[in-house]
Amino acid sequence: MKPKIAAQSGTFESSDVIFLIEPLPDNSGRKLEITSTVMQQFGASFNLIVEDILNQYDMTDIHLIAKDKGALEPTIKARLETAIKRSLDQQEGTLK
Amino acid sequence: MLNSLGREIPEFIEGIGKLEPFQGALTKLRKGWMDEPTIPAPNKAYLPHQSKVCKTLEEAIIRCNPHNGMTVSFHHHLRNGDILLVQTLTILHNMGIRDITLASSSLNECHDPILPLLKDGTVTKIFSSGIRSELGRAIALGVLDTPVVIHSHGGRVRSIHTGKIQIDLAIIPASAADCEGNATGSTGKSAFGSIGYAVIDARYAKQVIVVTDNLVNYPCIPLSISQNFIDHVVVVDSIGDASKIATGTTRITKSPMDLRIAKLAADVIEHSGFFVPGFAFQVGAGGASLAVAKFIREKMKAKGLKGSFMLGGITSYCVDMLNDGLFETIFDVQSFDAVVSNSLLNNRHHIEIPAALYANPFNCGCITNKIDVVVLGALEIDVDFNVNVITGSEGYVRGASGGHSDTASGAKLTVVVCPSFRGRIPIIKKRVHTIVTPGETVHVLVTERGICVNPMFKELEENLRRAGLNLKDIRDLEIEVDTITGVPGPLDYTDKIVGIVEYRDGTIIDVIHQLKEKK
Repeated sequence: MKPKIAAQSGTFESSDVIFLIEPLPDNSGRKLEITSTVMQQFGASFNLIVEDILNQYDMTDIHLIAKDKGALEPTIKARLETAIKRSLDQQEGTLK
Repeated sequence: MLNSLGREIPEFIEGIGKLEPFQGALTKLRKGWMDEPTIPAPNKAYLPHQSKVCKTLEEAIIRCNPHNGMTVSFHHHLRNGDILLVQTLTILHNMGIRDITLASSSLNECHDPILPLLKDGTVTKIFSSGIRSELGRAIALGVLDTPVVIHSHGGRVRSIHTGKIQIDLAIIPASAADCEGNATGSTGKSAFGSIGYAVIDARYAKQVIVVTDNLVNYPCIPLSISQNFIDHVVVVDSIGDASKIATGTTRITKSPMDLRIAKLAADVIEHSGFFVPGFAFQVGAGGASLAVAKFIREKMKAKGLKGSFMLGGITSYCVDMLNDGLFETIFDVQSFDAVVSNSLLNNRHHIEIPAALYANPFNCGCITNKIDVVVLGALEIDVDFNVNVITGSEGYVRGASGGHSDTASGAKLTVVVCPSFRGRIPIIKKRVHTIVTPGETVHVLVTERGICVNPMFKELEENLRRAGLNLKDIRDLEIEVDTITGVPGPLDYTDKIVGIVEYRDGTIIDVIHQLKEKK
């Protein structure tokens, strides 16, 4: 699937992460920009979680920006899923 | 060679000299004296009515015979508002002076501008109790060839006595001073309270410059620093950013996590067996630490219990407790807000003390020896209760030894308060990255997830258990937290040593290796 609209979820607070998604032209694949305050210790783990969720939703032609301030794994997953669903226009209750 | 905590300590480091490994918190003190000889303080002579006042800081520095390889010292009572350290080093740099040893009682974020001077060889060696921010990052990454020496507040005094730190020039900013150099931090527009850390510099430096933005009529009262040690006096427009030196009062944290930790810590203190009439108490100024004072204050009022003295870094909260009559005396080596300066100036029971009296282990008894209960923070703590307050989880130097190990070694009850994880980083480790305070001097750890008593202290454990507190084995808590956060990947280090951590008695408790940053 590819994103329909630009979307975001999360915050810049400590222990949280913010995800920003925007659609890319066809056949662009995935473009990821990940920064994290705990990159030194959890960089590999963070990248894996993101890959995993993107694969679950079979996302492509997506530009994903993540700014992490030490979110726990469940937080990362929930924020990313929400951002994806919003970008697919599937999430109910999202303010537009 | 290994020290008694199992850390590998080299026998000799170029530019530092021979190192003695840490062998236990009180091992060297049991002798009753210090083997290392002390060096004499300089003796000087001034003629009657000779003027000490210089027009500019530069003029005063020129009079002090600046030279390559000199040691320049500063105090950190201006906290993050200090501007004179950067100014002084810039002046020396512009004169072409190189190879300077910087001996500041601590370094803050405001000192980041000296980083280029570390890179170009102006400053080649650093003694400090703390290093943070960009400077701490650069040092961890190996900007200096000679390792920095991290000392405690008490240990710094010892290092000056023994000549490990031989100060050629001491710069002493003061918020009020007179033409002879009598000086204080307790009055004036840039007031910062106690000037306790600078007293030893004034006594031992070959040249001493008092810098003030508030020249008062002779004599300047109180004589926190006295004229018989001062060579030159400089009047400048400003000694620092008053808004960052000391403002208003320190507020108690509103963070629910810190308050929960603090409440548990206060319960621990109440049932420890040391919460008795006449007890002596010290708390840090940080979030959960200071909040403990709030709950202790309530408990003291409820029980009608009165303590003896409060010690250390003093906040307005301590002053309130003094004014409430809960404690008889405050010993103040460092003040944290503007209200404290007023109290220090006006209350006879609020006493300014020098670092030597506060915490130097080698004299006939520093005041930290008289503490009953101290509450301290931690960047990391391990399952052996060793505490790291100097290097962050990402490997940078980002904290301060300060009075942590001094007070922990003196107190009957050392309570370490910290969250069990910060962001995604677990705070309880199998092994801390850098040991500053040895576990044998830490009695209990309090986190939001439970209380862990050091198994060395059975009676304390029994007292707390009987009071019905929820005690956990620190090894269980360590595993519990790892399950929540995941286990952090290891950092990469080289063999190069970029910092050595001195215990208060001068032995080496740990070293800091150069960090290799992952791309």
